Amino acid sequence: MQNMQSSTSRTSTNAIADQAVALRAENVSVYYGAFQAVRNVFLDVPKNQVTAFIGPSGCGKSTLLRCFNRLNDLVASARVDGKISFQGRDLYARDMDPVEVRRRIGMVFQKPNPFPKSIYDNIAFGARINGFRGNMDELVERSLRSAALWDEVKDKLNQSGLALSGGQQQRLCIARTIAIEPEVILMDEPCSALDPVSTLRVEELMHSLKEQFTMVIVTHNMQQAARVSDMTAFFNAEAGEGGSRFGYLVEYNKTQDIFSSPQQQETHDYVSGRFG
Amino acid sequence: MAKFESLSVARWIDRGFYRLTAAFAVGIAGILVWILVTLFQTAYPAIAKFGLGFLFSSRWSVQEEIFGALPLIYGTVVSALVALAIAVPIGVGIAVFLTEDFLPAQIRTPIAFVIELLAAVPSVVYGLWAIVVFIPFVKPVLELVHQVLGWIPLFGSAPTNVGLMYTSLILAIMISPTIIAISRDSLVSLPPQLRQGALALGATRWETILKVLLPASLSGIVGAVMLALGRALGETMVAAMLIGSKNAISASLFAPGQTIASMIANQFGEATGLQRASLLYAGLILMLITLAVNVLAELIISRFQQVEH
Ligand SMILES: Nc1ncnc2c1ncn2[C@@H]1O[C@H](COP(=O)(O)OP(=O)(O)OP(=O)(O)O)[C@@H](O)[C@H]1O
Ligand SMILES: [Mg+2]
Repeated sequence: MQNMQSSTSRTSTNAIADQAVALRAENVSVYYGAFQAVRNVFLDVPKNQVTAFIGPSGCGKSTLLRCFNRLNDLVASARVDGKISFQGRDLYARDMDPVEVRRRIGMVFQKPNPFPKSIYDNIAFGARINGFRGNMDELVERSLRSAALWDEVKDKLNQSGLALSGGQQQRLCIARTIAIEPEVILMDEPCSALDPVSTLRVEELMHSLKEQFTMVIVTHNMQQAARVSDMTAFFNAEAGEGGSRFGYLVEYNKTQDIFSSPQQQETHDYVSGRFG
Repeated sequence: MAKFESLSVARWIDRGFYRLTAAFAVGIAGILVWILVTLFQTAYPAIAKFGLGFLFSSRWSVQEEIFGALPLIYGTVVSALVALAIAVPIGVGIAVFLTEDFLPAQIRTPIAFVIELLAAVPSVVYGLWAIVVFIPFVKPVLELVHQVLGWIPLFGSAPTNVGLMYTSLILAIMISPTIIAISRDSLVSLPPQLRQGALALGATRWETILKVLLPASLSGIVGAVMLALGRALGETMVAAMLIGSKNAISASLFAPGQTIASMIANQFGEATGLQRASLLYAGLILMLITLAVNVLAELIISRFQQVEH
């Protein structure tokens, strides 16, 4: 299967053994109606590591990320070609339940989106709908601790989640994702609305969560990608026939290699800030 | 300098506009107080004679000049509550169907439009339509309910051509557009991130709707329900035409009854003296009930908003 891969990504992915792969994209193209947003992506997301997606705006990072938990199902015009598998199972197989997929592959969004409920219920909601039977107080505390938020909110668990600061809200959203104990956490620019201190806290958080979870993070912040991720995928967009721009994977490798010795000129230009 | 002059003109207009709207606001509050005071004054003979006992007495005898409003209050409140019990689940349900993409947009938009048109139908037309079309149509259904569930006091009497239930059903149809339109607006205005956030946690579509979206728009929905309740309590024409004008309390919803509004509509033209004062007293009570509903609505809404913001 590896030799089907396009020349750009072959060098990088064949190093990972199958059982260490959490998510695998094979020749994935994503369309919105007739518009091809992402073209022919091959990519393996390794287990218990942080994989970063970087690239200029509009190259399809969010689009690809949202295919990993089937959130693009909500967009009526979206269509996925190729194969995305999660622990060897085809995510888009007929018998795959998208609800089950999303329970096992959680997501944190660019804009913090706590529910208009209490802090406690924000965490408990996901657990309840997933049939959690254990000690809820304990789960809430544990999740908030994992998200490094407990000390700040332990005295106001009954207050609205919306009354928190943006950085706290984002950590609350991470906590509620942790609470359902997914295997993978997808994060789409989780720090873009946060100040440097909150950003640092979320980054530390990712480091500590790595043991438990596989993480994929989209970021525009090159330093962030270099700091938090083990693997980095660089995407770019190119004008195709008819002038519409499609996104594609340029290079995927160990973060260290992407930043210090990129194989492609495009990658080199982008990570060194000489883009365009 | 010319620039500053035009600025001061703008400020002057600003201030003038502020004063004008402030005057209107105070004026409206003044009218409310004025109505209450006038009602109280004109009703005073009845208030002095019957006191609060008026609320608990069931006799309404023009000959003996003894008046009590309990059946009217009962009919008003019960017919409105039954209407709500029917209209709220249906209305909120329709609002959900019109906002979540259960239906393609080409069908959704005309349906929403037609529903909002329902709000424009005059109540007397609803009354006529009920007498000519609706009651003959649903009466067999009510008869069936009475036969099967007649042992429940609520359905304990055989339906005739008038009754509280018909009033409630038509009221339900009349207030549904309000509930649908306002609930729909508050559902539509929810940020899409909320829905995505719930789905991304593995919630099903219905869990998302029932446990996240509806609670999040609760203040809007409660507001809609209270507005609808206010309308149902005060609706006169439909009650006067359909409820049967029988001054009695019956446990059965199929029995005829009377509401405050229908009583006033029926009797006020010929009423004099103490009867007239009693009708005004009843009107005062209706107004106080409606005011209480609205104050309650405000309280509930502001309580929910504390959690939402
Ligand atoms: N719901 C949608 N419907 C139609 N086209 C879409 C939709 N979402 C994204 N697109 C298009 O797909 C392409 C990729 O978008 P995407 O949001 O995945 O980019 P991105 O790499 O995440 O960009 P950014 O860094 O700005 O977030 C863009 O051309 C965009 O216009
Ligand atoms: Mg994006």
